[in-house]
Amino acid sequence: MAEIKNYTLNFGPAHPAAHGVLRLVLEMDGEVIQRADPHIGLLHRGTEKLAESKPYNQSIGYMDRLDYVSMMCNEHGYVLALEKMLGIEAPIRAQYIRTMFDEITRILNHLLWIGAHALDVGAMTMFLYAFREREDLMDIYEAVSGARLHATYYRPGGVYRDLPDTMPLHEVSRWTDEKEVKRLNANRGGSVLDFIEDFTQRFPKYVDEYETLLTDNRIWKQRLVDIGIVSPERALQLGLTGAMLRGSGIEWDLRKKQPYAMYDQVDFDIPVGTNGDSYDRYLVRIEEMRQSNNIIKQCVDWLRKNPGSVMHEDHKITPPPREKMKGDMEALIHHFKLATEGYCLPEGEAYAAIEHPKGEFGCYIVSDGANKPYRLKVRAPGFAHMSAMDELTKGHMLADVVTIIGTMDIVFGEVDR
Amino acid sequence: MMESLATFLNGYLPEGVTTLIVIMIKIVAILLPLILAVAYTTFAERKIIGYMQVRMGPNRVGPKGWLQPIADTLKLMFKEIISPTKASTIVFFVAPMLALAPALAAWVVIPFWDGGVLADVNAGLLLILAITSLDVFGIILAGWASNSKYAILSSLRVGAQMVSYEIAMGFALVGVLMAAGSLNLSDIVRAQDGGIQNWFAWPLFGLLLVYFISGVAETNRAPFDVAEGESEIVAGFHVEYSGMAFALFFLAEYASMILISTLTALLFLGGWLSPFGDLLNDVPVLGFILGDGFHWLFIKSFFFLFCYLWFRATFPRYRYDQIMRLGWKILIPVTLVWIFGEGVAIALGWKPWL
Repeated sequence: MAEIKNYTLNFGPAHPAAHGVLRLVLEMDGEVIQRADPHIGLLHRGTEKLAESKPYNQSIGYMDRLDYVSMMCNEHGYVLALEKMLGIEAPIRAQYIRTMFDEITRILNHLLWIGAHALDVGAMTMFLYAFREREDLMDIYEAVSGARLHATYYRPGGVYRDLPDTMPLHEVSRWTDEKEVKRLNANRGGSVLDFIEDFTQRFPKYVDEYETLLTDNRIWKQRLVDIGIVSPERALQLGLTGAMLRGSGIEWDLRKKQPYAMYDQVDFDIPVGTNGDSYDRYLVRIEEMRQSNNIIKQCVDWLRKNPGSVMHEDHKITPPPREKMKGDMEALIHHFKLATEGYCLPEGEAYAAIEHPKGEFGCYIVSDGANKPYRLKVRAPGFAHMSAMDELTKGHMLADVVTIIGTMDIVFGEVDR
Repeated sequence: MMESLATFLNGYLPEGVTTLIVIMIKIVAILLPLILAVAYTTFAERKIIGYMQVRMGPNRVGPKGWLQPIADTLKLMFKEIISPTKASTIVFFVAPMLALAPALAAWVVIPFWDGGVLADVNAGLLLILAITSLDVFGIILAGWASNSKYAILSSLRVGAQMVSYEIAMGFALVGVLMAAGSLNLSDIVRAQDGGIQNWFAWPLFGLLLVYFISGVAETNRAPFDVAEGESEIVAGFHVEYSGMAFALFFLAEYASMILISTLTALLFLGGWLSPFGDLLNDVPVLGFILGDGFHWLFIKSFFFLFCYLWFRATFPRYRYDQIMRLGWKILIPVTLVWIFGEGVAIALGWKPWL
């Protein structure tokens, strides 16, 4: 009899389902996976090392680029760690803005996840539906920060600026005529808050649409139910966080367990799964989108009623307003110092974590008293999820590997850092 | 017209040559529109799926994008065909032809209107079954010759999938030929004469579903596209192909899609027959349109073609073992039960098989 050997397949790094640059070396018996060996590092940019040679504020932009689909949440983790070291707190209004944008980011992330996940499983229409809504959310990003993706909006001591009173408008071009532009601008007449509120009213219907396409779809269920089961015990041992942990039935959410920003002031629920399979994680994330939508609504209400400052007043740490800078010598000096040298953190170390859309995202900063970190360690949720790859895929088929990558919601920016 | 041409040529040429020329002309007359149809099916697919996905689809090349397929063809023609170093070169280049040839050859027995058929073969249905089963060789050989792991996985999947679904498909056809009492496609259509109520779609509804689902699986289209499985095995059997060699696979796939749609229309929806029967033939002017004719076949086929695209925009992809389960455990038993019931009905002389 001929000798039967396992089949080794190099999955990625340039594979359509690799979510970037995942390289999996799969050992297969026919189509059944015997061993999955993830190789990482193809998107390594040395974020942690780069941060060591830059004043603290200049690294905020690097945080955007870690998990490039949930930008502001990454910033939040870093900024919180800085604030912890500095011993300052952002004004309440800034904290509400952060809460709101964390949730907008969560929806942004989950939309990309559901699109990519469904595309991996073969339902390609989901992807474009999800992008339709992402477009609105990115316009909100653009309105507050000027950038659609890498916002750099959070600063230690608050946020870069208050919510503007106008939304950027569409313009007539070769491809969009006046009528089309009018339709596109219909809900952009008011302030950013108006636009966000309008979005929160539309969004639940969109989620219903996704659910009609997927939740009860027989093929979708066949592909997701009982795929990549993680028991609650194993989930804890593997260091899974976020939906990967909640899908297994463990109610762990940093927004509730160690509230930061204004999460103790808003009302929301934490969905948990029961079986710990891909389908449960799918349901958990869908429900999270609905909850996020509610949180955004509450934040919008509060922000409408309570105008105020969005930046800490200590200008040793936060730059003074530009108008003041033009007339006031001290303000000019502050600005010059901050722009050239930055501020120094007291000697010591701090870890701050937030509930990132993918799980626990934390920054650990060690300072030797200088204006740049001695060491910055980023705790990315995707990295821990990635290490569970082998365990989750063992015994499943090749097509399930793709489902599992999708359900882990992996983005290589944060895994490779 | 063909007859007058034949008589005209007979005056100058020996009879064998005349027949050959006439057949050649007929082949060109079928293939040219077919290939054009294939090109515009790709366009229709991109447009229709585009609108289903709240986007535009191609709209840059030519007015409203209508020249897109032409541009695609030109691009593919001028691209280099790269053959992998360790590929089995001859098989590598023969495989796309092997895939395309059966997809085109099957059209030989398709009647487009009453008498509008190239070869009115008595066992037309068998011929189609035989020719379309040859499709699988092109794909398996392509996967094997590419010497790529993704390609070989895909060709193994295709092999298993196509063979399994051929059985369900064959059984569904058995139901049709029992009802029509003939293997000749024109006769099968004629057996459904007399209006919409006489179409086989009603008594054989289960078989219609089974046939069309197997047809989708046979052509490796979503949700059964594990052979191409974009997100699993990249492009499957044609992952190593480029340029025109790649285009041939596409041509084959779309030609088979159109073939399956046309066949479904012929076998279950009365082909070129008008749904009104002869009722409205005497209506002035409109009688020509409402009566039998090629346009009805076109409309019916287009409906099934549209379903293909619709499925693709709607469903997630089955996993390989789930496809097998659906084929063997659901579709084949359904056809068997249906055929048995139909056999009993025919034996007892129940309507509609009097």
